[in-house]
Amino acid sequence: MSLKVESTPQTDVLAPPPLRLIDDTGHAVAESESGGFTLPPVETLLGLYRQMVMARRFDVQVTALTRQGRLATYPSALGQEGCEIASVASLAPQDWLFPTYRDSIALLTRGVEPKDILAAFRGDWHSGYDYRKFHIAPQATPLATQALHAVGLATASKLKRDDTVALTLLGDGATSEGDAHEAFNFAAVWQAPVVFVVQNNQFAISVPLDKQMACRTIADKAIGYGMPGYYVDGNDVAAMYAVVSAAMDRARNGGGPTLIEGLTYRIEAHTNSDDPTRYRKSADVDLWRSRDPIERLEKYLVAQGALTDELNAEILAAAEELATTTRDCMTEQAVIDPLELFEHVYSTPRASLAEQRAFLAAELADDAAASALISEESTR
Amino acid sequence: MSIQQTLETGTKVRAPENLTMAAALNAAIRDAMVDDPTVVLFGEDVGPLGGVFRVTDGLYAEFGETRVSDSPLAEAGIVGTAIGMAMYGLRPVVEMQFDAFSYPAFEQIVSHVAKMRNRTRGQIPLPIVIRIPYAGDIGGVEHHSDSSEAYWTATPGLTVVTPSNPADAYSMLREAIVSDDPVIFMEPKSRYWSKAELTLPVQTEPLNRAVVLREGSDVTLIAYGPTVKTALATAEQAEAEGLSVEVIDLRTLSPFDDETVGASVRKTGRAAIVHEAAQFGGYGAEVAARLTERNFFYLAAPILRITGFDIPYPSPKLEEYFLPTPDRILAALSTWEWS
Repeated sequence: MSLKVESTPQTDVLAPPPLRLIDDTGHAVAESESGGFTLPPVETLLGLYRQMVMARRFDVQVTALTRQGRLATYPSALGQEGCEIASVASLAPQDWLFPTYRDSIALLTRGVEPKDILAAFRGDWHSGYDYRKFHIAPQATPLATQALHAVGLATASKLKRDDTVALTLLGDGATSEGDAHEAFNFAAVWQAPVVFVVQNNQFAISVPLDKQMACRTIADKAIGYGMPGYYVDGNDVAAMYAVVSAAMDRARNGGGPTLIEGLTYRIEAHTNSDDPTRYRKSADVDLWRSRDPIERLEKYLVAQGALTDELNAEILAAAEELATTTRDCMTEQAVIDPLELFEHVYSTPRASLAEQRAFLAAELADDAAASALISEESTR
Repeated sequence: MSIQQTLETGTKVRAPENLTMAAALNAAIRDAMVDDPTVVLFGEDVGPLGGVFRVTDGLYAEFGETRVSDSPLAEAGIVGTAIGMAMYGLRPVVEMQFDAFSYPAFEQIVSHVAKMRNRTRGQIPLPIVIRIPYAGDIGGVEHHSDSSEAYWTATPGLTVVTPSNPADAYSMLREAIVSDDPVIFMEPKSRYWSKAELTLPVQTEPLNRAVVLREGSDVTLIAYGPTVKTALATAEQAEAEGLSVEVIDLRTLSPFDDETVGASVRKTGRAAIVHEAAQFGGYGAEVAARLTERNFFYLAAPILRITGFDIPYPSPKLEEYFLPTPDRILAALSTWEWS
């Protein structure tokens, strides 16, 4: 008898088609192909459409501001609105979101003001919104570390017998990190009420997914952890919303974690300092532009008679207003007191930090005195 | 919140007991859990087994699976999930089984535990205690005897403490658990079975204060955790040779108690620091540098470091050559010019 377990690399096995409820051409798929999920009601889809349009406009505006050199950096989520907006729309008010640096539009959709989202990217502080009000953790920069925080918070909710669920957004590259593995495993072992949404935008900066893993899909990995996994068309916001909402419900009702992979594409560069022409063909980008999540839903809603020209114009006008607000908030630069650098490191005051704070305060006072002297002399 | 406030919340005063450091730590966690239902404990083997050093003995039976649990075997996972729990109002006490096994958690500790409060401008404090059994002299195989304190003390945002005796072990752990700051609680393995008569709940000096354990006039010998015993033995031996040694137990490594240690150094004019960790870039370098910067004109001689060698921690048969001993410390002190 052989104890050998058959386990051949699956690289030559094609991935199945991702689950979708509305196809590329904007038509609802047949019920037999919808994996047991139901198309959300038109009112819900209209709401998702509006949020995607707003998010897109914000993203384009912030990218423009970054190109003008007014922000230190901005990782765009252009093209990923289906995953982002479906995830946020699936949250109940008590739920917590654990986003990454690429998920600024998720923050926007949950109600964070543009000026507070941009605080970190324009360099005011490392993060700048009200975490407890919005139930959003700081945007994580190290990869996959926030997934463990989400599992911990979800487990605490379970221990307290609350109905709070945590949702964390991850990228495809992040699934190679040990912390992603530990998060999936802890969540499954502890049956934590947490949902992992992996946005497979196909590149980790420049490295394609086939250099990250040898299995068919990221969703396939779920079986190894003992949790449900779903491979979804991430550019079909209807499918993403149906699957993520169902996973949130299951988590809330004691059914444990779910791993959801949304297949999508990062249309923009990784950040403004990246040059994607070095690692991908423009034809690929064009192909994915043609699979745009907003256009797809627009076609469907127009065909349903739910999205009139008038309504669309109203939504676009609201998006323009948001762009204006976003531009305007850049002119109101926050004034940060350098002495605040010492305020938040510890809750218990430290003598050594008080000394260093006094040192900086003296330097600032000297600088101010010198500037005053110079301006006095120049006016003489 | 100070420990005094904690004790006032209802920990019963017990009859005097002869307790090991491990038992004192156990009592501290237990009393903290009785006092505060948000305190939870998890890690590797901390459940039914009671931890490989039995520090969590009996807690699983008393508090049950929801508050005491064995986690999957993954240190980044343990610390990472503790962060999420702390964000949701719990006070996790987690165990890294051995010093060198804390390294998988390095990123979670350095990038998140230490920085979350600052990143969120004080909005998200992380009241987490990370217990790490550390240091050698237990005949441990490789990876079971590291002194990793300098990694943690070099990280702003962490409070790093290490008790040297059962009374401090109880008092400091109670205070670490009520602290709103994350605390790296380093437990010297070689001292786990040292005993003292304690009347619990015992309260010693507050965290962040060093203590003068033995007064002397010629030399200040600075020690912490496992080397406090060595320093006290050195002082004893020195006395017989006519040298008066003052022994300081730092207790808290970050922040450093400049006031207490500085006063001693200004009194004696000579100082030496003793630790098990390697010398180069070790904690003693910081102590020597800051004491020199602040007390140079009181010093009669350069500050000495008597430490482990700059080599990986040796195997059991060779560790006796690595660890600082009273003889080695006295030999070092004799290299000073004494006038």
